[in-house]
Amino acid sequence: MTQPAMNSSLWSYANPRKFLATTERLMPFLWTVALICLVTGLVWGFFFTPDDYRQGSTVKIIYLHVPSALMAINAWMMMLVASLIWLVRRHHVSALAARAAGPVGAVMTVIALVTGAIWGQPMWGTWWAWDPRLTSFLILFLFYLGYIALWEAIEDPDTAADLTGVLCLVGSVFALLSRYAVNFWNQGLHQGASLSMDAEENVADVFYLPLLVCIAGFVLLFIALVFYRTGTEIRARRIRALQARERAGA
Amino acid sequence: MMPDLGKYADTVLSAYAASILLLAALVALSLWRGRRLRRDMQDMEQRMRRDG
Repeated sequence: MTQPAMNSSLWSYANPRKFLATTERLMPFLWTVALICLVTGLVWGFFFTPDDYRQGSTVKIIYLHVPSALMAINAWMMMLVASLIWLVRRHHVSALAARAAGPVGAVMTVIALVTGAIWGQPMWGTWWAWDPRLTSFLILFLFYLGYIALWEAIEDPDTAADLTGVLCLVGSVFALLSRYAVNFWNQGLHQGASLSMDAEENVADVFYLPLLVCIAGFVLLFIALVFYRTGTEIRARRIRALQARERAGA
Repeated sequence: MMPDLGKYADTVLSAYAASILLLAALVALSLWRGRRLRRDMQDMEQRMRRDG
């Protein structure tokens, strides 16, 4: 396939009907693979990995905490790309995809915060500390709430997409900042990255493989949820358009 | 079958319970809203076709 043909086929998914038709076919496969990866990873991690010599059995929380924190940050990257497509090319589906991802990212952030607090209590002796990583994650969650609230607060969908797109640019910079908060401000309780390109920093091999499966499960669940919720947002937009047409005809 | 979680059993189990509950609620709410809007859209399109 030539480059222009590939580009035009990619942009054809900006058509809501084509997007809905394609995702309808993909959804059963996505839900199934996401569920298989999540169940396999969590069962493997919970039942078949040993305790850590320092953390004891609390190391098993890593299979929930790391993937959810990863998705809490990377959801902003997906929302950033979708918002930029909206701001530059005015494709409604991309704006609705960003909207659909907001609550999913917010729940991932809550899971990261809650599992972190539960793990922190026995390990650090406190549920919460104003550590750079923890604080930046709390602010990231507030950014998510602001993003969701802004979508709900503005009646005109195009204006809402414009303003939330701009907020998304700010949120994405902050998400990157929170990703590297441990490196920038090296005085907190939170340890460095559990997964890194640098093999020295990675968790031990026995925890690594189930963790990768759990991450794959969270990524696939995120994709499945965003596709499904984008379809829902497209339908909500269509209902509003039909209602407006009915009112105009009455 | 249950692994021995030692003195941290409550910690580990509560982290798993909270996370699974949050994920299940997110999926359930997404599916519920999706199905409701799909039905509403179909009803509305049918009504508009019928009424011309």
